[in-house]
Amino acid sequence: MISIKNLHASIGEKEILRGINLEIKAGEIHAVMGPNGSGKSTLASVLAGRTDYEVTQGEVIFNGKNLLDLSPEDRAREGLFLAFQYPVEIPGVSNINFLKTAVNEIRAYKGQEDMPAKDFLALVKEKQKLVELDGKLANRSVNEGFSGGEKKRNEIFQMAMLNPKLAILDETDSGLDIDALRIVASGVNALKSKDNAYIVITHYQRLLDYIVPDFVHILYNGKIVKSGGKELALELEAKGYDEIKEKFESLES
Amino acid sequence: MANEILEEHINSEYKWGFTTDIETDTFAPGLNEQVVTALSKKKNEPDWLLEFRLKAFRHWQTLPEPNNWAHLTYPKINYQDISYYSAPKIKPELKSLDEVDPEILKTFEKLGISLEEQKRLTGVQSNIAVDAVFDSVSVKTTFRETLSEKGIIFCSFSEAVQEFPELIKKYMGTVVPYTDNYFAALNSAVYSDGSFCYIPKGVRCPMELSTYFRINATGTGQFERTLIVADEGSYVSYLEGCTAPQRDENQLHAAIVEIITHKNAEVKYSTVQNWYPGDKNGKGGIFNFVTKRGICLEDNSKISWTQVETGSAITWKYPSVILKGNNSVGEFYSVALTNNMQEADTGTKMIHIGKNTRSTIISKGISAGKSNNSYRGLVQIRKGATNARNFSQCDSLLMGDKCGAHTFPYIEIKDKTAIVEHEATTSKIGEDQLFYCKQRGIDNEKAIGLIVNGYCKEVLNKLPMEFAVEAQKLLAVSLEGSVG
Ligand SMILES: Nc1ncnc2c1ncn2[C@@H]1O[C@H](COP(=O)(O)OP(=O)(O)OP(=O)(O)O)[C@@H](O)[C@H]1O
Ligand SMILES: [Mg+2]
Repeated sequence: MISIKNLHASIGEKEILRGINLEIKAGEIHAVMGPNGSGKSTLASVLAGRTDYEVTQGEVIFNGKNLLDLSPEDRAREGLFLAFQYPVEIPGVSNINFLKTAVNEIRAYKGQEDMPAKDFLALVKEKQKLVELDGKLANRSVNEGFSGGEKKRNEIFQMAMLNPKLAILDETDSGLDIDALRIVASGVNALKSKDNAYIVITHYQRLLDYIVPDFVHILYNGKIVKSGGKELALELEAKGYDEIKEKFESLES
Repeated sequence: MANEILEEHINSEYKWGFTTDIETDTFAPGLNEQVVTALSKKKNEPDWLLEFRLKAFRHWQTLPEPNNWAHLTYPKINYQDISYYSAPKIKPELKSLDEVDPEILKTFEKLGISLEEQKRLTGVQSNIAVDAVFDSVSVKTTFRETLSEKGIIFCSFSEAVQEFPELIKKYMGTVVPYTDNYFAALNSAVYSDGSFCYIPKGVRCPMELSTYFRINATGTGQFERTLIVADEGSYVSYLEGCTAPQRDENQLHAAIVEIITHKNAEVKYSTVQNWYPGDKNGKGGIFNFVTKRGICLEDNSKISWTQVETGSAITWKYPSVILKGNNSVGEFYSVALTNNMQEADTGTKMIHIGKNTRSTIISKGISAGKSNNSYRGLVQIRKGATNARNFSQCDSLLMGDKCGAHTFPYIEIKDKTAIVEHEATTSKIGEDQLFYCKQRGIDNEKAIGLIVNGYCKEVLNKLPMEFAVEAQKLLAVSLEGSVG
């Protein structure tokens, strides 16, 4: 699905990603954990094509294509989806209109006709149910005046609508109440298939009780410093980052 | 990054920039009393109208040319270089559409305006009556007969002068006197044509009425007048559209629109202004100096202006409402978009005279390129206008960092019971918003279109359906290539 090799990225003079290696196959779920400021969101942004960051080294192959050569919109059209840590508000643009534009742009890229309005509305209904999104939210402006939790749920709704190959969920669990967490997780599980993959960025084991990862990676200071199975998350939950911090701080100095 | 791409600035194409080859009857450039008189004679006008023109002309000559009152800079206009009359050579009396110059018909078809009543571009029966003004004269008004069955008068201004002189004499110049300002005086002296509309007592106009202005001839100015009178308890929705060919020279458009509403009457006036804005270096384009004003003459009447301004090199325009009747309502909804070197200074005046009068102002400015966009508005509550209310909201959206947005709200309150609220915001089109859209597979241009249309939604919602769709497309086209 995606193969990230020695990825370095900086903003201005500051190097934030310092050699990321990650291999993800279809059907897998990878959790990425790590302390605040370690570069998790940066990794997500760089993969999605945010231009604030400069990729200085490395290579990313996504479904046989050189991801870093593609524009952000083409990455999305190729099936990369990012559920934002801080979803953006677009006043005056209804969620439905926004999604219809997105769906049809992606279809056009694939040489398909616009989705007939009837099918589109049916799809909206179906996916709305999946994440138990209030019908009113779907008709309101994109994220405008949404609560923190509603925004996150809306991200998953969009993901369900766009049916990506690789979805990166950046702290989708933060700000969700227990019920919403379960709903979002079961939505993700329902969408999971042998043909798609997930990168789940989180600080908490709690989410991983629902979305069970195949691999857990710890990002620290712009590098993946430890990888393991789902038990690694439990271990972290118990011990915190102190051990890792100590070990790598001494290594670096 | 966004800035780099901004600099690449491709010239967004003006799709209405073609010219039409037709034979015209055009005055030599120049302006004096003989020209004014010749114009009046050409139109076979009654003496009182010639007098009106001459008075206006003499007054105009005494006025200094304004240059500093608006946030605009433009080269001095030489009024002697302009031709004040240009008309397609047509037979004096048009019996049917077949007699309209086919080139002109083609022009309007190309602009999406059908002058054949039974035909609509979509193939559906049209529900808009059109008065098509080509250069200085009205070439065709559709649906006149249908409308006249209800007693509605909708025709060119020149025809109205011949057929309904008493109405014209009664109302013309009562809302915008020729002494009002420099361009109003000029227009009053040399106006060539325009539209007249009268809705009789108790009649709800069954279709949208529309004037479409097209400047074609070179070296001419366009000076037209629109007069709309809504008698007691009547209603009409009026649309105005305009385009001009792409030319290197600047052309002057100085129009007057007057609206009068009697008791319980309502007029909704919508404009999509799309005069040629000039090229990306600011060469060419229309100078648009327009005086638009309505008066709610009697109680419980309402005047609503909605405008989408995307064209013209320079726009100077303040559609206003004088709220004279008690409980009358004035509204102003505006989107003004400037790109490249365009300059716009637009806004409104709400003059509260009657009791319990209310006004609402929603202005959305969008500046891109190196353009300058100003909102200028006056809310005046006169003594005795008890319980007057105004709400104003003026938002500015900036694209890039080479453009300017300015807000000049003037508030004069002479009555203690008044409640006046003013809100203003300035925002930049966010990189975050753009990236969010792109991450969903939406490209830059479409994303800007979405965001801008969202920003203008409150105003676009006020436009009649078909116009709103047009306006949305126009906003997108006008911004093509404006942000990276
Ligand atoms: N646009 C930016 N300008 C300057 N510094 C930035 C920018 N974006 C990220 N950084 C810095 O890069 C580092 C990594 O940030 P990032 O947001 O990727 O962390 P994170 O692992 O997602 O943290 P959190 O768990 O708090 O979300 C931080 O030190 C942050 O301040
Ligand atoms: Mg983060």
